[in-house]
Amino acid sequence: MLDAFAGAAGLLLTGDPTLTHIVGLSLRVSLSAVLVASVLALPVGAALALFRFPGRTGVVVLLNALMGLPPVVAGLIVYILLSRAGPLGSLGLLFTPQAMVIVQSLLIFPIVAALTRQMVSDLWVEYREQLTSLGASRVRAIPSLLWDARFSLVTALLAGFGRAVAEVGAVLIVGGNIDGVTRVMTTAIALETNKGNLSLALALGVILMGLTLAVNAVAFAVGEFSRRRYGV
Amino acid sequence: MTIRNSLGFWLGVALLVLTSHTVNGQDRGFITVASTTSTQNSGLFDTLIPQFEAATGIAVRIVAVGTGQALRIGCNGDADAVLVHAPAAEQAFIDQGCGVDRREVMFNDFVLIGPRADPANVAAADSAIDAFARIATEQAAFASRGDDSGTHKKELSIWQAADIAPAGGWYRALGAGMGAALNTAAAMNAYVMSDRATWISFNNRQDLSIVYQGDPRLFNQYASVLVNPERHPIQYDLAQVWHNWLVSSAGQAAIADYRLRGQALFTPNAP
Repeated sequence: MLDAFAGAAGLLLTGDPTLTHIVGLSLRVSLSAVLVASVLALPVGAALALFRFPGRTGVVVLLNALMGLPPVVAGLIVYILLSRAGPLGSLGLLFTPQAMVIVQSLLIFPIVAALTRQMVSDLWVEYREQLTSLGASRVRAIPSLLWDARFSLVTALLAGFGRAVAEVGAVLIVGGNIDGVTRVMTTAIALETNKGNLSLALALGVILMGLTLAVNAVAFAVGEFSRRRYGV
Repeated sequence: MTIRNSLGFWLGVALLVLTSHTVNGQDRGFITVASTTSTQNSGLFDTLIPQFEAATGIAVRIVAVGTGQALRIGCNGDADAVLVHAPAAEQAFIDQGCGVDRREVMFNDFVLIGPRADPANVAAADSAIDAFARIATEQAAFASRGDDSGTHKKELSIWQAADIAPAGGWYRALGAGMGAALNTAAAMNAYVMSDRATWISFNNRQDLSIVYQGDPRLFNQYASVLVNPERHPIQYDLAQVWHNWLVSSAGQAAIADYRLRGQALFTPNAP
């Protein structure tokens, strides 16, 4: 264990270019996936909270269940879609970082949408009369409710980011773990484990956990700062 | 910033981030080669590819999986060439119209790994078949790749030659790559068959060592096959440069020069 921490410190301090690229790619891919997924999931989650339609309960249950979508299955689906032999093969996206963004977005979307639905539902119960008495339609209410829930929604986004950055099965299938192109922290850890370099693998694991901690700390700090500055 | 504006802003950021990946990938020509975990885990590509890139200016992207999966990736047109080690499966790949122009590139051999104490006394075996038979008779723990890889196919062919259908608690099909299988075998103190290159470069041996080697049946031939350009719009011209380089004197010398811990991992044998 001590070896691993010393190894992690050594790798970071020397600024190893391979490691820097791997860390950078992990962050870029997972943050992009959070952005792509959120743009779709926030409005969908809010709409599910406000609108009543036939089959709504089914959709909500399905969304909640998809939070447990196995990454390997997501990877397989995206592989089949993006393969040259598949329907989107002409795009040439397989084994690229974009393919990894797509598969991670697929994994994050249900998490962000389901959590958003829950948070906005709670707010809607609270503010419904106020908003409707001002004559706001439900569609118009969505942005204001999302804006009011923004500090809680950060937690939903962080849950999504955590899932994305920690995931290995899906990005291995659609990314291929190509050195310098699609190798991210988790696939590098799996590779070093397979080479029997257990302490190097653990060192990379320590760095990945540090990275996740840093992203969460920044999000928390920004949240606290805005809360104090602008109030809730 | 209103919600509407901020959504637009983040969408813009997302597109920017996404497109920046594309630009990076397209400033040089590249090919994708599906290959096996043994060639990657042994570090061969880390010396081979820089030499190839320096000589030709073509970047090579390696997707390292088991031979069975590598051939499927090739057949789907998701790679431009494959470098694998299962002659019968390679021939089937060509017969099905998935690949063209198979060329033998290099070889090494498989070795039987096991606990130092060697409970099945495999070290005294007079052939690979005899070694496997001793493990089965003793019902000593055996870790099988179980993943349709070249090594797995070879292992199955030896069981078949020994007229043994391995089954029971001692025979553990892992469904894992070579390195993962070695890690598991080390933890279970089990016998396992490995290609020599992965074994030499493997760093978590614990109580394992080579217990049997040297039978000609354990010969391990690697070959390069191009993906059929009539099936999919692949980078056939660039892949041909790679294919030819592997069997050229420069490529063969690069393979011969790669040594780890004082041992050659692969022996070039292009005709």
